[in-house]
Amino acid sequence: MYLLPLVLFAVLAVYFAVGLTKDPKIIPSALIDKPAPTFDLPTIPGRKGDGFSTADLKKGQVSVVNVFASWCVPCRAEHPYINKLAEMGIVPVYGLNYKDTPDAALNWLRNLGDNYTAVGADISGRVGIDWGVYGVPETFIVDGKGRIRYKQTGPIVGDMLETKILPLIRAIQGGSQ
Amino acid sequence: MTRLPIPVRAVLLAALLTLGSVAAPAPALAVNPDEMLPDPALEARARDISKHLRCLVCQNQSIDDSDAGLAKDLRVLVRERIKAGDSNDEVIAFIVDRYGDYVLLNPPVKKSTIVLWAGPGIVAVLGLLALFLFFRKRRGMTIASAQAPLSAEERARLAKILDGDQK
Repeated sequence: MYLLPLVLFAVLAVYFAVGLTKDPKIIPSALIDKPAPTFDLPTIPGRKGDGFSTADLKKGQVSVVNVFASWCVPCRAEHPYINKLAEMGIVPVYGLNYKDTPDAALNWLRNLGDNYTAVGADISGRVGIDWGVYGVPETFIVDGKGRIRYKQTGPIVGDMLETKILPLIRAIQGGSQ
Repeated sequence: MTRLPIPVRAVLLAALLTLGSVAAPAPALAVNPDEMLPDPALEARARDISKHLRCLVCQNQSIDDSDAGLAKDLRVLVRERIKAGDSNDEVIAFIVDRYGDYVLLNPPVKKSTIVLWAGPGIVAVLGLLALFLFFRKRRGMTIASAQAPLSAEERARLAKILDGDQK
């Protein structure tokens, strides 16, 4: 009986310790394992290359969709890793330019590099809402049938590309192709 | 400049302060006039729906009182769906499809939220049960000790105390 308070304390301590390791800002995506939303966006006005639409995601290969904006500071930190992923050539990397002004976005890509397979300019942010975007940068992994399989909220920096994103891409490539 | 007599000044000051305190609590409205629907009935529905949807950027405000860009976009979207003829439930389902139950400030009762809804009740019942057991046990102990006859040792001690009193 004397042990009861101690046991209660231990249970609560473990419970709260686990709670502290979780980030309340990360919201589970409602779209996991659902088909990617339907959209057809032109590219950023003035950028050479293709726009981005749902059809791009249904070509039978796993693809990565990176939501970015020139006004988003963490995107700047993330961008070299996105460029690196695109250079590897294992998956097409599509850009969704979220609520940006075309001039600022073009300038940003000119400075930091533009390795995207295609970029869609979502100036109104409406396509972003269909993707459940609430904080850029966000990155989605979409399988060959156009279903969203994974969502990364926040920047991919440090060793995250190697330890998290690439293994996931390989697993999805190995799985449902 | 002539100064007003003190009582008059006090009354004026009180009046000003009263006005100020009445006017102050009116909060700055996040909903911009240009977002509003011309039909007051539809606008009232939009306001009502917006009050139940969480702003995903600020997380503890509804989209109705958040100034975040995404909250504004969602407010506009809610009004567009209403104009397109959606019912309140359809508008909410439209947003939930994209952002999940998390956008609902009042989470639905589901398998995944049952702990959230039932938890406080279960804890309260357990607490009441513990209290009840505690008091029952204590009462049992008191009654038991009250009913037991005094032992020879206790009687001797009692006699000694009573004797001592008489001196």
